[in-house]
Amino acid sequence: MPTTQSRINDFVLKIATVNGTGSASSNGLLMKALFRMGIPVTGKNLFPSNIQGLPTWYEIRASHAGYMSASGRVDVMVAMNVQTYQKDLKEVSPGGFLIYDSTWPRESTLNRADITVLGVPLAKLCNEAFSVARIRILMKNVAYVGALAALMDIDLGMIKQLLEETFAAKPKVVASNLRAIMLGYDYARENFSCPLPARAQAMGDNSGNIMITGNEATGLGCLYAGATVGAWYPITPSTGVMDSFTKYCEKFRIDPETGDKRFCIIQAEDELAAAGMVVGANWVGARGFTPTSGPGISLMSEFIGFAYYAEIPSVFIDVQRVGPSTGMPTRTQQCDVMMCAYASHGDTRHPLLFPANPRECFEMAVTAFDLAERLQTPVFILSDLDIGMNDWMIPELTWDDNYRHDRGKVLGSEELAKIERFVRYLDVDGDGITYRTLPGEDPKGAYFARGSGHNRYGGYTEDSGEYQDVMDRLLVKWETAKTMVPNALLSNAERPTNLGIVAFGSSDGAVTEARDRLAEQGIHMDYLRIRAFPFTREVVEFLRSHDTNFVVEQNRDAQMKSLLMLEANHIADRMVSILHYNGMPIPNECVVRGVTAHLKKEEAA
Amino acid sequence: MTYARPKIELPGQKVNELGLALRDYEGALSTLCAGCGHDSITAALIQALWEMSIAPEQLIKMSGIGCSSKTPAYFVHGAHGFNSVHGRMPSVATGALAGNRNLIGIGVSGDGDSLSIGFGQFGHVIRRNVNMLYLIENNGVYGLTKGQFSASADAGSTSKTGTVNQMQNINTVATAISMGASFVARSFSGDREQLVPIIKAAIAHPGCAVVDVISPCVTFNDHEGSTKSYAYVREHKFRATETDLVPPRAEIKASYYAGDTHPVRLHDGSTILLKKVDPDYDPTRRNNALSYLERCRRRGEIVTGVLFIDQNVPDMHEQSRTVATPLKDLDFDKLIPGSQTMADLQKTMR
Repeated sequence: MPTTQSRINDFVLKIATVNGTGSASSNGLLMKALFRMGIPVTGKNLFPSNIQGLPTWYEIRASHAGYMSASGRVDVMVAMNVQTYQKDLKEVSPGGFLIYDSTWPRESTLNRADITVLGVPLAKLCNEAFSVARIRILMKNVAYVGALAALMDIDLGMIKQLLEETFAAKPKVVASNLRAIMLGYDYARENFSCPLPARAQAMGDNSGNIMITGNEATGLGCLYAGATVGAWYPITPSTGVMDSFTKYCEKFRIDPETGDKRFCIIQAEDELAAAGMVVGANWVGARGFTPTSGPGISLMSEFIGFAYYAEIPSVFIDVQRVGPSTGMPTRTQQCDVMMCAYASHGDTRHPLLFPANPRECFEMAVTAFDLAERLQTPVFILSDLDIGMNDWMIPELTWDDNYRHDRGKVLGSEELAKIERFVRYLDVDGDGITYRTLPGEDPKGAYFARGSGHNRYGGYTEDSGEYQDVMDRLLVKWETAKTMVPNALLSNAERPTNLGIVAFGSSDGAVTEARDRLAEQGIHMDYLRIRAFPFTREVVEFLRSHDTNFVVEQNRDAQMKSLLMLEANHIADRMVSILHYNGMPIPNECVVRGVTAHLKKEEAA
Repeated sequence: MTYARPKIELPGQKVNELGLALRDYEGALSTLCAGCGHDSITAALIQALWEMSIAPEQLIKMSGIGCSSKTPAYFVHGAHGFNSVHGRMPSVATGALAGNRNLIGIGVSGDGDSLSIGFGQFGHVIRRNVNMLYLIENNGVYGLTKGQFSASADAGSTSKTGTVNQMQNINTVATAISMGASFVARSFSGDREQLVPIIKAAIAHPGCAVVDVISPCVTFNDHEGSTKSYAYVREHKFRATETDLVPPRAEIKASYYAGDTHPVRLHDGSTILLKKVDPDYDPTRRNNALSYLERCRRRGEIVTGVLFIDQNVPDMHEQSRTVATPLKDLDFDKLIPGSQTMADLQKTMR
């Protein structure tokens, strides 16, 4: 048996199964148990664009240091899927362990000398214990939870408690699940020397933290933002946002007396219609939004340009997936940055928010609506599949009851009575933001919202000067936006350095971990995490104050770097791209490699 | 360009229940071609809205792109207007009426806007039964791009340049009826006497009321080979029903119900009176309406009047059980559960 260094609370457990066989709940059980033992965990789901019968993986990373990024290693692999066995075997890090269902013999060629292979006859154990065929398949996937509990010292009591909470109304289900767990647990205890070097050890209870997906947090954010109209067309990986919003609305937005709903969710016929509904709702003064992904934004682009030019608040949530075209719907990327920044024909520019984790998904959802109404323009939240659909451990979300939402510049009857005449697109305050009125309130506030040429008074125009006057004022508004969007977050290196690293969104975890690893090697970098477009002042200052700026992003074409060149006037040869775009979440190793490779090249030159 | 209409106060002019004169329902001066059927429809809209005493600010005027879609600028200057993108008026109207259900929505579209680029949204606004008047100014031709056939052009009709249309047309009213519309009517821009009561009935109808108005294009489609010219429509028009709307406040005389009159009482208390000109026509049965339309088509007749009505189809808000208060007027205190709820909620996320 190969010797393995101890990896207490610092391991990656990967489980290979077939989708539609109940493995998701088993994996959730494992992760939650580790979480309740006080160990920082993240869970990443690698799944096919399919409902049943194809390979799927779930990867749990436990890190006492609190690192959240993909680590690139696998310490314990549970290979439940014969189809992918060979691939799964190959993926185990040297010194690691592979657990498989030994009910059926493996080919002797499928072996590796540098890892330990443990066979547990899961199917056989379950077939003997359970009679119904479907139950046998499901229980096989529950039984490995038991085996892992024994092998990795995962608290059995905690697992039991979680099962009881989940199936509180179904004691029979709890009993059968527990039985299956004990089958795996007892077998492992009797046949192997438990625990393995890669194992868990209670280190608290993680109080103050929660486990949540980005999509769930975004939906909750829309609830707390006061959104009442949600229009959408289902698309992976954004569907969870509307599922979450619906769930919380059903819970908190039902009139207690009448049972009527204080919200209206419309499943549109396509993304074009969803965008139109969002624009219509915001035009009358209701907060409306749509969750979608890249292909949806492509379809919504005409309305996005309309909302920009007619200056109608609107919130677009893009949970990015791999493009171009249909791409890989169940894989992650940051590939819609350019498209969203300039979505639609003509001169258009839109504020973008880049959450890096579910906590920011929640907070930025509220910010997005406030910005949209303040700036009277479409605002985008650019999440991605990694943030949106994976399980993250974050500090508890908080809400300030004194928070007052910013509803922007809206004139009601009272204000209209004080002015002689209302004009829609006149810049009274000099910030490029004009006053709007809402339909249904006062005939004095009536105006025409249109995507055709219009002048500052809101009238149709084909006059060059009048057209340009409005276009130039929109630029003033863009400057104002720079003072309102979330600032970039700076983290200075322990010692002075002329190396900077810039990232955004879900690359944050990889960069944070890579910086620590590189610092150990004597490479120190200041880190700036961009949280919004247009770029705030500190972005420009950061780029200028470092000789080399690594720009980390998850797309092929260095979209953020391009945007920095265009909008922060930064020169290309002082920026070095670190790109990751294979559809998997970016591992910290990719950043470490990118930085060291560049520095070596510089040294040689 | 839009031109403001000079406002002239005439002493002693008739006012409606709100004390507003007909002029108060006018909009900017039309920039459409002289004699355009669309302008007659605008006049009918103004008349109907004035007669119904609808407060201008209660109204939203929506449109897409095309000659028809310019119409909202030409009536009720005191109402908010929305000239959206091509073929997408229904989605904007859906969102607007979702956000504020107290608004009275009027969408003005055309045959290109609704039957080609916006065919999908046309179908789905009907399916959702969004409470609005969906008026199609149907001229069978693309005017702004100078005379291409639209999807409502009849097979065999010719364009101004002599090209013959080979494709079958999309029949607006038959399509709407078969898609489940709750109110479908057809009229002719040159027949204001029929059009005004139809518009009133459509606005009073508690759901999506589709009104297809044949509106000849004087510039590109008012020639001999066209089946949507003034002359052709006048010659082939046939009334299936005649319509009147009796508001809840007016006294309903018993004699109205005599003969072939079919009264439909609306939820707001008003009554649509449909006088059946054709005795075998029943506008409350979908099957009948469709087969009747087909019979008339074969005879070369353009049937007009309220062709179908079913006011028991739940509208969008009834379907989704939205609160009676417009969503945009809900207090944020009622919408946001607060910090304690947030804390409690997260106990389940551990």
